[in-house]
Amino acid sequence: MIQTLAFYLFAGLVIASAVMVILSRNPVHSVLWLILAFFNAAGLMVLVGAEFIAMLLVIVYVGAVAVLFLFVVMMLDIDFAAMRAGFVKNFPLGIVVALILLAELGLGIGAYGAGGLELGASDEMAPVRDDVSNIASIGALLYDDYIILFEVAGIILLVAMIGAIVLTYREPKPGARGRQDIGKQISRRPEEATVLKNPEYGKGIEL
Amino acid sequence: MTEAVGIEHYLVVGAILFVLGVLGIFINRKNVIVILMSVELILLAVNINLVAFSAAKGDLVGQIFAMMVLTVAAAEAAIGLAILVIYYRGRGTIAVDDVNRMKG
Repeated sequence: MIQTLAFYLFAGLVIASAVMVILSRNPVHSVLWLILAFFNAAGLMVLVGAEFIAMLLVIVYVGAVAVLFLFVVMMLDIDFAAMRAGFVKNFPLGIVVALILLAELGLGIGAYGAGGLELGASDEMAPVRDDVSNIASIGALLYDDYIILFEVAGIILLVAMIGAIVLTYREPKPGARGRQDIGKQISRRPEEATVLKNPEYGKGIEL
Repeated sequence: MTEAVGIEHYLVVGAILFVLGVLGIFINRKNVIVILMSVELILLAVNINLVAFSAAKGDLVGQIFAMMVLTVAAAEAAIGLAILVIYYRGRGTIAVDDVNRMKG
C-alpha cells in the first residue's frame, strides 16, 4: 500500500516536473525543475531496489550535470524572451509527433502487458540475490565481468573532460598579467632572484 | 516489486518522460539549453526502463547498462555545454537558427 502510494507520488512528480522543464519561460526554472525530476526518478529507482543507480543519479545528475547547466545558463547573458518566438508555431507539429510516439509506445507496453511479447527468461548471469546488498552485487559484477566496459566508461569521461577543456580554452594575450612563461620560470637562478642587503639603522633600502 | 505496482507502471512513466523529452526538443527549437535538457530527460526515461526491466527480470546487467548510459549522458552534457559556450563567445547569441553557418 505504502509502496503504491510512493510510486504514484514519485511518478506524478517526475512527469509534472518534466512538463515544467519543457514549458518554463525561464531556463533557470527549467534547470530547477530538472533537478526535481531527477530526485523523483531516483525515488522510483529506490522503489524497485536499485539503490546504487538511484544514488548515482542524485550524485551525477543533480550534483554535476544540473549544476553545470545552471552555471552555463547563468553565465551566458541571453535574451530568453526572444527565444520563445516560434513556440506557438512549432507547438502543433510537436504535439502531433508526441501523440504518435506515445500511441506507439502505448501499443508496445500494452502488447508486453498482454503477454504478446516474449522477452525470454534471464540467463542467470547476474541474478538479484536477497542476501547480498544491491551495491555489493553491482560491484562484484562490474569488477568481475564488466571490467572492460568500466574502463571504457572511464576513457569516455577522460575524453569528454579533455574535449571540454580544449574547446573552451582561450590562449591568453601575450604580455597579459598572470601569464605563465614556463621557460623563463625554470631558467631562473637563486643568485639573480634574491639580493642580500644590510641596511643601516633608521634608513630604508632601495631595491 | 509488489504486484500492485507492476513493471508496466514503470514502463508507462518511462514512455511519458521520453515523449515529453521529444516534445521539448520540438517546441523549444531556438533554445539549445532547453534542447540539451530535453535530451537529458530522454536519457532518464531510458534509464528508468532499463532499471525497471532489470528489477522485473531479476538480472543486474540492466543496472550496469544504466550506469553506462549515465556516463555517456554526463559526457554529452559536458561537451554540449562547452560547444555552446564557444558558440556564444563567437556570436553573442545561442539561437540555433543560423548554426549552419558553422560549417567551414
